[in-house]
Amino acid sequence: MPAVSKGDGMRGLAVFISDIRNCKSKEAEIKRINKELANIRSKFKGDKALDGYSKKKYVCKLLFIFLLGHDIDFGHMEAVNLLSSNKYTEKQIGYLFISVLVNSNSELIRLINNAIKNDLSSRNPTFMCLALHCIANVGSREMAEAFASEIPRILVAGDTMDSVKQSAALCLLRLYKTSPDLVLMGEWTSRVVHLLNDQHMGVVTAAISLITCLSQKNPDEFKTCVSLAVSRLSRIVSSASTDLQDYTYYFVPAPWLSCKLLRLLQCYPPPEDGAVKGRLVECLETILNKAQEPPKSKKVQHSNAKNAILFEAISLIIHYDSEPNLLVRACNQLGQFLQHRETNLRYLALESMCTLASSEFSHEAVKTHIETVINALKTERDVSVRQRAADLLYAMCDRSNAKQIVAEMLSYLETADYSIREEMVLKVAILAEKYAVDYSWYVDTILNLIRIAGDYVSEEVWYRVIQIVINRDDVQGYAAKTVFEALQAPACHENMVKVGGYILGEFGNLIAGDPRSSPLVQFNLLHSKFHLCSVPTRALLLSAYIKFINLFPETKATIQEVLRCDSQIRNSDVELQQRAVEYLKLSSIASTDVLATVLEEMPPFPERESSILAKLKKKKGPGAVSVTELEDSKREGGELNGGGDRGPDTAAMASTPSPSADLLGIRSAAPVGAAPASAGSLLVDVFSEAGPIAPSAAVNDDGFLRFVCKNNGVLFENQLLQIGIKSEYRQNLGRMYLFYGNKTSVQFASFTTTVSCPGELQSHILSMHLCTKPVEPLVEGGAQIQQVLNIECLTDFSDAPLLNIKFRYGGALQNLTLKLPVTINKFFQPTEMTSSDFFQRWKQLSQPQQEAQKIFKANHSMDTEVLKAKVRQNVTPHSIMYRLTLRCSKDSVSRRLCELLAEQF
Amino acid sequence: MMRFLLLFSRQGKLRLQKWFTPISEREKKKIIRDMTSMVLARQPRSCNFLHWKDLKIIYKRYASLYFCLAIENQENELLALEVIHRYVELLDKYFGNVCELDIIFNFEKAYFILDEFLMGGEIQETSKQMVNRSIEASDMLQEDDNSDWYEVELFG
Repeated sequence: MPAVSKGDGMRGLAVFISDIRNCKSKEAEIKRINKELANIRSKFKGDKALDGYSKKKYVCKLLFIFLLGHDIDFGHMEAVNLLSSNKYTEKQIGYLFISVLVNSNSELIRLINNAIKNDLSSRNPTFMCLALHCIANVGSREMAEAFASEIPRILVAGDTMDSVKQSAALCLLRLYKTSPDLVLMGEWTSRVVHLLNDQHMGVVTAAISLITCLSQKNPDEFKTCVSLAVSRLSRIVSSASTDLQDYTYYFVPAPWLSCKLLRLLQCYPPPEDGAVKGRLVECLETILNKAQEPPKSKKVQHSNAKNAILFEAISLIIHYDSEPNLLVRACNQLGQFLQHRETNLRYLALESMCTLASSEFSHEAVKTHIETVINALKTERDVSVRQRAADLLYAMCDRSNAKQIVAEMLSYLETADYSIREEMVLKVAILAEKYAVDYSWYVDTILNLIRIAGDYVSEEVWYRVIQIVINRDDVQGYAAKTVFEALQAPACHENMVKVGGYILGEFGNLIAGDPRSSPLVQFNLLHSKFHLCSVPTRALLLSAYIKFINLFPETKATIQEVLRCDSQIRNSDVELQQRAVEYLKLSSIASTDVLATVLEEMPPFPERESSILAKLKKKKGPGAVSVTELEDSKREGGELNGGGDRGPDTAAMASTPSPSADLLGIRSAAPVGAAPASAGSLLVDVFSEAGPIAPSAAVNDDGFLRFVCKNNGVLFENQLLQIGIKSEYRQNLGRMYLFYGNKTSVQFASFTTTVSCPGELQSHILSMHLCTKPVEPLVEGGAQIQQVLNIECLTDFSDAPLLNIKFRYGGALQNLTLKLPVTINKFFQPTEMTSSDFFQRWKQLSQPQQEAQKIFKANHSMDTEVLKAKVRQNVTPHSIMYRLTLRCSKDSVSRRLCELLAEQF
Repeated sequence: MMRFLLLFSRQGKLRLQKWFTPISEREKKKIIRDMTSMVLARQPRSCNFLHWKDLKIIYKRYASLYFCLAIENQENELLALEVIHRYVELLDKYFGNVCELDIIFNFEKAYFILDEFLMGGEIQETSKQMVNRSIEASDMLQEDDNSDWYEVELFG
């Protein structure tokens, strides 16, 4: 225990802390804490009234215990009592306790607010500051309601002490951030702006944070602050280091205030008034000049403070983006920092240069530093600095240096940290595509990418190379030749096999003339990889094989043999088996003409925004990729390669693939398009898939019918989201649990769900009310959240309620609507009756409208199914048709039930 | 603005936590875990800045203690380093050669000093003298436990 304890020093507290520190184990610590808690509890409950000192001491001990990470469920009342103590130290501990352990107990809040009110009106500056601190620390809505009107008055009152003004300004800022609607500036606006002129530097420093925030929200009302800020800045910048006394920090005059002023100016465009603008430019030049002067101190604090202002000034220069001279000077200054011995400065210089690179005035100047940046990428020891260097290379890339930069990034990839590889891969892929003049270079680059970092090459990347090859016939022969060579490596990445399979299946004929890559050689090469690949890749290869049969009739016998072997045609994976069976059949019964039509070369993909870019944006979160960059790539991407966005998976020409073959891009446009396809679709789907995707884009009811006879299962699933339901029904009541699972590693933001009952349904199903609180707006990657729906059925109905889900994934808003599988049959009760009773009742329901009948083809293999209740079912064995007859007392029920059940066979 | 400030030892023991926005206790524990593991894993002489979610993490080690400050994206990293430094100076001035033990045993003082310096995640007072003056004023109030509040005005 240290001997020094200034102020009063609570001995009991020090002893307790010391005891805790001496505890040898976690258990011992908990034991000691429990003992202390029992002691404090008995003291608080005891008959003897505690004096202020003891109360303070115990409250302080509780606080200590809480800060150690233990729960505290009492003592709040005693802390509130301390607030009204006249002794400063007791009051102070009381406020500290309240600030740290906020309790939303409304009774308590009322008492706390009362104490705060008393202190605010005490005219005692120390007490006022404590109260203001407490408001800022708690910052709750209740406090905003109680004090939002009082604090501006304190802030601008003529007789308020400076220290109180400082606290009031920041307290008001806090309340404005939590409850902007309650803080009405109106009449105070101009007086608050004029705090920029206050004589007391501390007041200005505190007030400017408030003014900046208010200016961001209401720029027009606060625009008079621009000229005031410029003159204040100019006074500081031109002052000698000693002028500002204690506001000079290591020989730098008022660094915090200077930065805040420069930040405030970034809320506005360049000043229109020539004189103000001239003065500001002068300030900025002075700041740039000072950077060249020898340092006034060797201390790092001096250089940090000075450079903080410099970086803030550069931010302002970039924000204005209108002074070529200043932009170039800024760039040169950052260039110097790129080689500075301070790692922090190198890091910041790389970061700032990224923004400079996007300005047309400084882009060229930034490019001159390319060698230094490449060197940083190779030699920096700190991964975060290397990452900034990679970012900058990406930002400074244009047609003139693309080959060099892409080559450097590729070689860096071989040793790059695992954490940033995926992003690097995307960046390389984007640059290669964006600046490709020569498409053989593009193909080489992507294949290199797969070779070097195959595991990090996402689907979007290899889809994209295929789209581009399909769309550009000048590169197809080269691509075929290159993938053929790449596949000859003894171990090649599965992604390479995918690209190879696809491209050879389409364009293998272009290299078939060379005996070294004759059709059979190509086939054998592909097939040698087959057994090492995953199911989706094998499925793709099977499609490539059938394409081979069309391209090279001489391979037909060999390939048919492969398809016919047990490992294909009896494969346990339904998708593979189906492909094998269908392709084998297709190749043996279809005429050459039919085959040639069905297996025709893929048509060019439609032009769309690069899906890789979209992916990078998602990865980096909104705002990471500037709009101009996007438009750029759209324009360039468009004219150069007519890049499309549809997934090139062979799926499009064959049966529906597993979910990994999701049609990219479309995912973000209409998530329902990516719904998992049932594995049972047929070859004829080729033709329906060629049309516009998923006519049901508005409402997805894929999962709906599967739930007519079951209560639990997966209702919906795509690449991002899985929705599972569990439901239970009793008489006319139902309860449904919805589970939303985030399948990605990125969080979903603004996640909201709403359930609506379309049309007349409203009056038929009562209160699909969300019984629990609405779902959390954030769903972390990999997390699952749950929601409960209570349902009451009032009368029969046929429509289903709709579930609408909205969320943000990366930057893109996802919106999907699903039919909730709440169907009338869920509310049925089974009844037991003898067969004679049954037929008697059946006859009673004899009115024609009470009967519904449907004759339909079986969807599933026939099985003798037993149907209960009043359903009769005739099976006509030869035609595989069912006849379903229902009779119900209510005709609408018969009809609806008939529709629902018919789909189940 | 600043979002939170954490002080922890080389062993990852938390010594002080200040949250400038309301956060649930569960979330706090998660952040503390993330920060200690992230910062303690850094190599010496790396840069003092990290990106974490949408925040910038600025950290610096003083003797056995790590100071870890989270700021919003548009804030200035270098200045944040100096916020940490100024706080260390204030602690040092108050305790005289401050060490980890001072902060453990007088944690409430460490909070009071921080409150004089920062408020609501913004700088309130950068002047060392001004902060010290208010801290000393309140200490004098503490020594004289019998003083009633009329006398307090002397120190405003």
